Amino acid sequence: MRALRSVRAWLRDAPAIPFLILGLIAFAAVFADFLAPHDPQFGKLSERFLPPFWIERGSTAHIFGTDHLGRDVLSRLIFGARVSMVVGFTAVIVSGVVGTTLGIVSGYLGSWADQIIMRVTDAWLALPALTFAIFLAAIVGPSEMNIVIILAAVYWTRYARIVRGEVLSLKEREFVRLAIVAGCSKWTIMRRHILPNVINSSIVLATLMLGIVIVTEASLSFLGVGVPPPKPAWGVMLADGKQGLMVGHWWLTVMPGTCIMLMVLAANLLGDWLRVKLDPQLRQL
Amino acid sequence: MRQFIARRFGYSLLSLLLLSLTIFLFIRLTGDPTSLLTEPGATEADIAAVQQKFGLDKPIWVQYAYFMGSLIKGDLGESFYYQTPVLELYLSRLPNSLMLATVAMAFSLVLGIPTGILAAVKVGRFWDSAGKLFALLGLSLPSFLVGLLMILFFSVYLEWLPSSGSGTFLHLLMPAFALGWYFAAAHMRLTRSSMLEVMGSEYIKLARLKGLTETRVIVKHAFKNALIPVVTLAGINMINMINVAVVVETVFAWPGIGRLLYEGINFRDFPVVQGVVIIGGSMIVVVNLLVDVLYALIDPRIRLEK
Repeated sequence: MRALRSVRAWLRDAPAIPFLILGLIAFAAVFADFLAPHDPQFGKLSERFLPPFWIERGSTAHIFGTDHLGRDVLSRLIFGARVSMVVGFTAVIVSGVVGTTLGIVSGYLGSWADQIIMRVTDAWLALPALTFAIFLAAIVGPSEMNIVIILAAVYWTRYARIVRGEVLSLKEREFVRLAIVAGCSKWTIMRRHILPNVINSSIVLATLMLGIVIVTEASLSFLGVGVPPPKPAWGVMLADGKQGLMVGHWWLTVMPGTCIMLMVLAANLLGDWLRVKLDPQLRQL
Repeated sequence: MRQFIARRFGYSLLSLLLLSLTIFLFIRLTGDPTSLLTEPGATEADIAAVQQKFGLDKPIWVQYAYFMGSLIKGDLGESFYYQTPVLELYLSRLPNSLMLATVAMAFSLVLGIPTGILAAVKVGRFWDSAGKLFALLGLSLPSFLVGLLMILFFSVYLEWLPSSGSGTFLHLLMPAFALGWYFAAAHMRLTRSSMLEVMGSEYIKLARLKGLTETRVIVKHAFKNALIPVVTLAGINMINMINVAVVVETVFAWPGIGRLLYEGINFRDFPVVQGVVIIGGSMIVVVNLLVDVLYALIDPRIRLEK
């Protein structure tokens, strides 16, 4: 009960909009099978390029219209939420865990471990993220699982850099020196004394990265090297929508575009709020 | 100081070496290019001939040694697909990329700096909130989406601008805006925070005490000093722009370096991919090196640190 109350107090000044948007998307992702009015992967060719229902020729059977294969746009958007949620969160968590771990090891152990990890990080950061991702996608081939691996492989360096910097100053602090004197092993110090002090930064960075990761996934899918086509991902829908763009079938671009924008917007707002909440020094910016 | 520069230079070389090795190995993992370079029904002799022609029959470390050897001489090899030197291909696409990046940068600065100053001067008021909203939208709307929406509006509905291709200034407008959009938001944010910092300083208080008008204080004293970090970021972003333009170039069929790289990866054109990535990576590494050295010149604490 007390735990619940403290969670409530902690969330008191939480911004409503990002939680509402992310909650809605998460709800759509979880209950996609019940919510979607049609099959997202099959449509009738006789019903292709139907506009949304409020426009002439549109019908309430397809509220947001249909695409070039007659597939229901709304159903694809709902199932697309699942792809974005799963890929976005998994990639952020995997890259965060890998990056934070390597950052702590690099910063605390120093010497050759630090040299190796930091040189690799530098070389990694010299590759533009999107190019690197396209590149890896060409190697492993398109699939949802591979996208997660690619995004994690590209973005872990951001965490490693920041965490290492913090560890460098932390390890000079009294409580770490006392832990050494008390005979704690390096592993224990890293886990029990360093990790709890850097976890806040990692979480803030992770929320800020969520938006970037979602945009990268959409970009890759749009370029045709991300989530493989029949699957309803928002980026794939945008790529498909290009076919109807020049003849004015705007809903095929605007609908998935709005979904991507809202989700990234929510992630950014959430990240800003958390940054202020967890890191008082940044409150001014 | 000399020791510091030597060490930093060594690190940079090491990073580049790692980069070249990474790219060399990774591109070879994407698959065998001979299947894309020969006719579908090619005989084994034909395939062997193609492999021999491009040196793909040799062990991988020989290929790497050969590649590094010619790289040191400034030779990036020859494209499998276009059959022309990679450097030539790169230079033929570079003007397009530079043009796109320059106009995009101009957009981002013209849009970002004034809004940033306005937000900082009116901090906490309407213009500040409007600026925050703009920055948030800028960071939340991916550039290819901005591009698609612009095509929809300006090419399909208004029929003002061409939707793809290159040649005239009109072709340049939409891709440049789509690319500059994100950076405008970034520059706005930095201008705002940098202005806020300067506005709180002693010499601004002094300028006000001297009785200067508020406009003069902002334009003459605050703005100039607040601009330094923004210019630094813009310089670094210029390189980033050339590198990240690949999606925008795809949307607008703009023949830049991003497209070259994307096609290179798809056609498994190893020399093109290696060349483009190494040139791009070198630019980033060199800029980072210069920034480090400049900081060390300014701040002695950095160069004394082990």
